[in-house]
Amino acid sequence: MTLVKTKIGRRSFIRNTGLASGGLVLGFNWLASCKMTPEQVNAMPKEWFELNGFLKVGDNGMVTIMSPNPEIGQNVKTAMPMIVAEELDVAWKDVIVEQAPLNTDIFTRQLAGGSQSIRQGWESLRMTGATARQMLKEAAAQTWQVPVDEITTSEGMLHHAASDKSAGYGEMASIAAGLEVPEEVSVKEISEFKIVGTDRKNVDGPKIVTGKPLFGLDIQREGMLTAMIVHPPAFGMKYKSMDATAAKAMPGIKDVFPVVVYPEDAEKQWSDGGAIAEQVAIVGNSTWECMQAKKALEIEWEEASTLENSAYHDEALNQLLETAPKEAARKDGDVEKAFKSAAKIVESVYTAPFLAHNTMEPMNFFAHVTPEKAELLGPIQTPEFLEKTLVSVLGMPAEKIDIMMTRMGGGFGRRLYGTFAVEAAVISQRMQAPIKLVYTREDDMTQGTYRPSYKVRYKAGLDDKGNLIAWHVRGAGTNDDLIFENRFPAGAVDNYLAEKHSLQTNVTTGAWRAPRSNFIAGAEQAFMDEVAEAAGKDPIAFRLELFDRAINNPVGDPKNNDYDPERYAGVLKLVREKSGWTGGANNGKSRGVSAYYCHNSYVAQVMDLTVDGDKPNIDKVWCAVDCGIVINPLSAKNQIEGGIVDGIGHATYSALSFSNGQSDQKNFDTYRLIRNMEAPKEIESFFVDNGIDPTGLGEPSLPPIMGALANALYRATGRRYYHQPFINDKPPLVG
Amino acid sequence: MATFTLNINGKKQEVDVDPSTPILWVLRDHLNMVGTKFGCGIAQCGACTIHLDGTATRSCILPVSSIGDKNITTIEGLSENGDHPVQKAWLEVDVPQCGYCQAGQIMTASALLEKNPNPTDEEIETAMNGNICRCGTYLRIRKAVKMASES
Repeated sequence: MTLVKTKIGRRSFIRNTGLASGGLVLGFNWLASCKMTPEQVNAMPKEWFELNGFLKVGDNGMVTIMSPNPEIGQNVKTAMPMIVAEELDVAWKDVIVEQAPLNTDIFTRQLAGGSQSIRQGWESLRMTGATARQMLKEAAAQTWQVPVDEITTSEGMLHHAASDKSAGYGEMASIAAGLEVPEEVSVKEISEFKIVGTDRKNVDGPKIVTGKPLFGLDIQREGMLTAMIVHPPAFGMKYKSMDATAAKAMPGIKDVFPVVVYPEDAEKQWSDGGAIAEQVAIVGNSTWECMQAKKALEIEWEEASTLENSAYHDEALNQLLETAPKEAARKDGDVEKAFKSAAKIVESVYTAPFLAHNTMEPMNFFAHVTPEKAELLGPIQTPEFLEKTLVSVLGMPAEKIDIMMTRMGGGFGRRLYGTFAVEAAVISQRMQAPIKLVYTREDDMTQGTYRPSYKVRYKAGLDDKGNLIAWHVRGAGTNDDLIFENRFPAGAVDNYLAEKHSLQTNVTTGAWRAPRSNFIAGAEQAFMDEVAEAAGKDPIAFRLELFDRAINNPVGDPKNNDYDPERYAGVLKLVREKSGWTGGANNGKSRGVSAYYCHNSYVAQVMDLTVDGDKPNIDKVWCAVDCGIVINPLSAKNQIEGGIVDGIGHATYSALSFSNGQSDQKNFDTYRLIRNMEAPKEIESFFVDNGIDPTGLGEPSLPPIMGALANALYRATGRRYYHQPFINDKPPLVG
Repeated sequence: MATFTLNINGKKQEVDVDPSTPILWVLRDHLNMVGTKFGCGIAQCGACTIHLDGTATRSCILPVSSIGDKNITTIEGLSENGDHPVQKAWLEVDVPQCGYCQAGQIMTASALLEKNPNPTDEEIETAMNGNICRCGTYLRIRKAVKMASES
């Protein structure tokens, strides 16, 4: 047992009433659409007792645990309650999980982003469960008139050995709910865990496989209208005028109007990236009718700024790569001097295009705004920021705004930028009616907040023994400066120079699964392979030499280095062992290796592939991960597998380009995503068992796989792949 | 507007809609059967897959007027208690991440197994290739289809 301060204020408990009367009602309404079986109804408690904002215990011992963070497929809706249940010491089968609404009085950081939900929730989730358990123990101690320290718990039961008394949590819940919150509670030792670290299936699985309404797009309400928007056809254009006569006369159409979503004085949050001030709204009875009216609209747009082309972005990024910035992001030693004395120099440029997020569920949101209240329900990764924007845009205090998150049909960063929810609210306010805003796939793909396009140039110098003596990286991206100057190999090379530029464009860019890392990892690890080859060394041995340097004799203050070289080397050694690595080939298959650190976690991968004609067949990926304690191995492996497939897919097949400010790709007929046949035949994941507090898992497996792929392709084809997507890197990889 | 009588999951349902309305939107907007998902609207992603007389069909481009008396099966009607072998295998393997595409995946898989109860690995991949999973659960999808075929 470890004693921790509870950090739960009285405030959370007082505010429970607010939660029950506001948000929870909304939650239950939403859930009411899923009918329970008679067995489920019989198993439900007659009365619930709230022990804190996270959980309530039923009189029959069932426990409802609120999952505070938005669920985008990263499986926090299962993992976060597992942590609470662990410390509460209750059987997982007795747990009902509910999505919590936005409630900043009770929950902190209700955000899905940066792979941080588990890492940043770990302490408070444990404490929440442990606090409730302590209160139940105290209730039993009072009832039985025995010292609380003599009470033990086990799977929802309280025991007092000396007097041979036992009771279920449900029997003590009403007393416990009236007790003071303890100031200090004990949490379990890792060795005592019964739920954390075990395979638990997705709590929404049964609803998903039977098609129950779970997603924002599934919302239906009495009197609800459907709304669609028409946004400017290109970045750099704005609304001028329209003729909506024909559209307004179409069947099922209630209204068509230009709508100022963000007035000039609106207080925008970072989550309003991509906000379009004025658009056209169509409101009607059904989605199909709105889609038809949309086609009949004649809208005039005008140029507000430059209509950019991909050729321009390419050229401007090239120029930046030729230009030294005024200040280095990091400089150790003197790279220029070192290059002059180097026995060998390797230099390469890597590029990647814009990418759309393409969540399978297009953007949508339900809003019902009346003068008294704003109710918002839908898929949003940043509900807290949405609330702040709505306060400004709707002119309503936060107390009158209820926001509830639905399960999301993918996030990948797209739903960090909740402009669609703001649009829904403004349209509902104008219509004085409940509306569901629905984007078509084309709306979704052409009005994105995209992964920036990137270019990076690496230059490395080796001495005559093949030691890395100089490393120069200069990177640039659209609205993003790409380089993490303190990541590896910073600290492992005497002469190191990192420089970065950002190219301002009017194409909206933002976070896309593993921002920056989603390109720079692959580039860096592909370049590392080139340098290792030039040094005449095995690619894993070469990397390990550098980690040894960073461990034993780091360059500069090791505190500046944004990685732990021992954990980094640890995953590389683990993947070397598990894959039986002996070099660049394995029984006729070509091998590539890669390792990267991001989102506080370390990942190393080995990939085996063959190239059949022009088509890569990926046989297997071995993946070693150090993310500290793994909450739910079954779903952790799913995240690893998904990140690997996602990374391979985007590096190989996907791209978004621009002509006159418009994206050339508008739907999946021209924007290619990886499909079943293109995914690896097998992925095997291994987790380092070190008992360190958990770190990110939703993103870290994606970035390095792009490097492993490029390196394996090189072994198979004899040529390096520098430009994503690799299908377009000439000569074509696949026809 | 016109009235259509549709056979959906063994029940007759009457709707009064524009004849050009794709069956996807008839299901979702008019019959409140939202298990069938909207993904792309151009039959590229497979999220909207239903069975039409047992054949996996994209509902997002299929006008209601073209259905006639054909039998429609949606994810809601695949089994009464969510215990179709494909659904059970999906749970056993714990396939879903975000879960949005999975109804379409399950409808494609169940139509495949109806026609070909013992598909090879290659046949599974080929059959499932039309359904995009943005989360990348393809390996678990294959495993679940295989498991269902063996049950």
